[in-house]
Amino acid sequence: MACCGCNGKGNVAVKDVDKLDEILSKYEGIKGSLISILQDVQGLYEYLPEEALNYVSEKTGIQRAKIYGVATFYTQFRLDPVGKHVILLCQGTACHVNGAKAIEEAICEELGISEGETTEDGLFTLTNVACLGCCSLSPVMMIDGEVFGKLTPKKAREILKEVKASEE
Amino acid sequence: MKLIVGQGSCGVAAGAVKVYKALEEEIKNSSADIELGTTGCIGSCYLEPIVDFIDDAGEKTTFVTVDGEKAKEIVKDIVAGKAKENECIIGDEDVEAMAKQKRISLRNCGIINPENIDEYIEAGGYKAIERCIKEMTPEEVIEEVKVSGLRGRGGAGFPTWFKFNAARQSPGDVKYLVCNADEGDPGAFMDRSIIEGDPHALIEGMIVAGYAIGASEGIIYVRAEYPLAIKRLNIAMAQAREKGYLGADLFGEGKFNFDLRIKAGAGAFVCGEETALLESLEGNRGMPRPKPPFPAQKGYWGKPTNINNVETFANIPFILANGGEAFAAVGTEDSKGTKLFALAGKIKKGGLVEVPMGMTIREIIFGIGGGIANDKKFKAVQMGGPSGGCIPAEFLDTPIDYKSIQETGAIMGSGGMVVMDETTCMVDMAKFFLDFTCKESCGKCTPCREGTKRMLEMLERITEGKGEPGDIEKLIDLGEFIKTTSLCGLGQTAPNPVLTTIKYFRDEYEAHINDKKCPAKQCKELLTYTIDPEKCTGCTICARNCPASAITGTLKETHKINQDLCIKCGKCYEVCRFGAVAVE
Amino acid sequence: MVTITMNGKEIKAEKGKTILECARENNIYIPTLCYDETLSIYGGCRLCVVEVEGARNLVASCTTEATEGMVIQTESEKVVKARKNVIDLLLSNHPIDCLTCEKAGNCDLQDVAYRYGVREPSYIGEVIEYAVDDANPVIARDPNKCILCGKCVRVCDEIQVTHAIDFVDRGFGATVGTPFNEPISYEICRLCGQCVSVCPTGALTNRQFEGTRPWEVEKVTTTCSLCGVGCTYDLNVKDGRVVGVTPKPDSIVNGSSLCVKGRFHTDFAYSPDRITTPLIKKDGEFVEASWDEALDFIAEKLNKIKAEDGPDAIAGLSSARCTNEENYLFQKMMKAAIGTNNVDHCART
Repeated sequence: MACCGCNGKGNVAVKDVDKLDEILSKYEGIKGSLISILQDVQGLYEYLPEEALNYVSEKTGIQRAKIYGVATFYTQFRLDPVGKHVILLCQGTACHVNGAKAIEEAICEELGISEGETTEDGLFTLTNVACLGCCSLSPVMMIDGEVFGKLTPKKAREILKEVKASEE
Repeated sequence: MKLIVGQGSCGVAAGAVKVYKALEEEIKNSSADIELGTTGCIGSCYLEPIVDFIDDAGEKTTFVTVDGEKAKEIVKDIVAGKAKENECIIGDEDVEAMAKQKRISLRNCGIINPENIDEYIEAGGYKAIERCIKEMTPEEVIEEVKVSGLRGRGGAGFPTWFKFNAARQSPGDVKYLVCNADEGDPGAFMDRSIIEGDPHALIEGMIVAGYAIGASEGIIYVRAEYPLAIKRLNIAMAQAREKGYLGADLFGEGKFNFDLRIKAGAGAFVCGEETALLESLEGNRGMPRPKPPFPAQKGYWGKPTNINNVETFANIPFILANGGEAFAAVGTEDSKGTKLFALAGKIKKGGLVEVPMGMTIREIIFGIGGGIANDKKFKAVQMGGPSGGCIPAEFLDTPIDYKSIQETGAIMGSGGMVVMDETTCMVDMAKFFLDFTCKESCGKCTPCREGTKRMLEMLERITEGKGEPGDIEKLIDLGEFIKTTSLCGLGQTAPNPVLTTIKYFRDEYEAHINDKKCPAKQCKELLTYTIDPEKCTGCTICARNCPASAITGTLKETHKINQDLCIKCGKCYEVCRFGAVAVE
Repeated sequence: MVTITMNGKEIKAEKGKTILECARENNIYIPTLCYDETLSIYGGCRLCVVEVEGARNLVASCTTEATEGMVIQTESEKVVKARKNVIDLLLSNHPIDCLTCEKAGNCDLQDVAYRYGVREPSYIGEVIEYAVDDANPVIARDPNKCILCGKCVRVCDEIQVTHAIDFVDRGFGATVGTPFNEPISYEICRLCGQCVSVCPTGALTNRQFEGTRPWEVEKVTTTCSLCGVGCTYDLNVKDGRVVGVTPKPDSIVNGSSLCVKGRFHTDFAYSPDRITTPLIKKDGEFVEASWDEALDFIAEKLNKIKAEDGPDAIAGLSSARCTNEENYLFQKMMKAAIGTNNVDHCART
């Protein structure tokens, strides 16, 4: 099995294989498309499941090691599932000088997780991002695409409590 | 009559969408004959959301810091014919700040609707490329750019015509043009504003550059974190294609085919370095290649490739439409034209400004930016982001030009300008930038991978009160080593924030190391919290809130902080209602 | 041709050569860790930096072309200081266990640390601890000793065209790894061991050498007997016993390349199942025989069959483990001595 170079990993069941095939056919024959493929795959699953990456490797002939190398290089890619609400906390310079660190500490304490982690109930994932570009509103965070600006530790906690309350 | 809502990312973040909806609803309710439109970012982020009203005579009235309720009032006031009396009207000071700017690359931002190509054409768009293809040879186009004196706006300031020419002269049938819109400098959003506010300026600039170097394909490498910019670019490209500005045989002269496509980055600051960007475009890890060969010789898929940033391209149509001399008339001998800056940090009026080269830093910060927030004391301005450096107060009168900025130890950079006041700790600032580059290092070369980490650890120890005599010299030594031996620009500039802060604020480093004090009172571990017995009323609120149970005292008696237990969280300072907690 | 000056000496060099190539051709020492002449240029370790007059920074000699009039210093004070710093930084993130390291005595990092007198790292800080992958019987991976020179990644991709390993993560946390950190095995790679032979440190080692110091072995050059390619390599012999195989880079046939069989399957020499004399079946049992006995027996039988049933009643099947020359002789024998075209080879599929 191994001598054909197929790595023998292609048989694991992949969820939504039709949609995955659709993504792959979009980039068929276009060299250098790995990053775009991974972006679309992440768009499909919200993260990059191992089985899906193995499937991409099998279909495109791009070696698994290379795919894994690219997936771990770029911060956009996630190899673990994320929570229902992703909190993007801006780490830009303006946010830093206006107290982003204190906001991070407040969020971590409120949710009981560290940066990059997901809460046990699967509700929240906290991710630091380079700059959201809303410098005049600093410090800012983005939850599910909505920007919350001019944060204080207290305000950040209240926002999280509101989101939590809306889930109950 | 028309109402235009600024809907750049910052406007949207400040609530522009809600304002738009409120206006829409109120116009409908009042059956007023008012057209509603959208535009990009005008640059005055501190005033967002911004709404412009243009009356039937064409006169413009600007309303600022609008919200849903205020939007309704605006419509009501317009209908009642007393728009000028609305409370949201922009102040004179803000109008003046705007007037001090000179807009070339932002010429259409905040004015036209970025999703409508006709508005761009009405504003004189696509005239430059028409002139190029119909009247000029590629060599003449390059000559015109040479006359303009335009230098790369991405940071290094390389003459643009030289790069065009190198790619033009490089042998090969297939050549590529790449736009670097991977704006990763934390605290900078010039490129995003141009793309969101005037995408056709970038597109036209790229078509001209493609014609000049002989490329028929262009790629825009844009940050995935800029969804609105990508959306507007896609709309603009489709419209340009429909009008025949992109595609086969532009202007039917049988001379030139050109098309564009977008490639979204995936989150790596190092991909702003041109060879790492090429690796990323080819679907690889963004690890820089050794230079030479330069991209102009061997770039995308080994073909001659020219790479410029968004602001550079956005200047090109102006130069070709108005002539290189018109551009060169603005600015200084060494640096022509204008420069965009993203003004942020401890500043009153943060936002995007475009100023003629040669304006002093003081004029930008105090003249346009309104000075320091809360009227604190100016300490330094950081230019060039993680690759740049801090410029202290004594250099506030330095003019903005490549040479003068470089002489301070900072760099022009792509345009990040972060203002710091007396409460900003410079060691902490240096640590912040180094932490950033350390995380963003690709890991390929030893000095950057291992060296920035060790520098960062030294700074961490210093801010934690564990610094030792000799650390400053060690930092300078290691910093110089990383600068001179790293593979790419990221590593070669990474120590700059540390080296410039040591140069200008050595006393702050010494205070941290020798006295174990942070003069700006920012470094937690170096602070001491004490309770002033004179002011303490014994209300117990501090003791109740202390997470470390470090405060002792009973009701109506003076409280005391046990320094051995204190974790310096600052909670007592925050909750004390009598100002009895002192920080040193 | 271009003329350059290196350490005050005028050198004529072929146009297009790098500074490093010019130096090595002229026996001028420049240390390297990530450079390998059989692989693409990487430029990562920065140990090969030299001073070029007029250049703003030190330049990596492996990536920089020597151009007309260049004035180069390969061991100036500035250069030596930078190299010491490179070594210092690498050691600050590397176990200092040379006394017991498998690679001691054959380690490029140890050699340059010795040459530049870097006894111990002067930087203190985080050292990430990685799990050692020793699940495989022939290749051991110790990421703690990896200096990220990338030679293994390149040899696997460029020479072996397998791409079983690549860089993982980035910055200070970057490593060389397998997909999803699986242990190295035949599932993901061909175990050719090319990565092991290019590794400059103890990050990738040939486990057959465990317990053997490099200075204890005598190298005996031989030709691999496992297929017809005829690779040349060195048998490493300790106390009269073959321990393992190392490549011989100047081999005409294979250079430094070897496959899984050639590199790791020398153990068969000492297998108790190995047949060391001819065996002839007598009364249903194999019995040891001399070569003369065996050859006479075969010749007699072949002649008998040929005489009774004609040459086409005989067919010959040769082995892939014979050399090309042996296979040539075999078919010659079948055609000329036996007189049949019935000759084939086990690897002809």
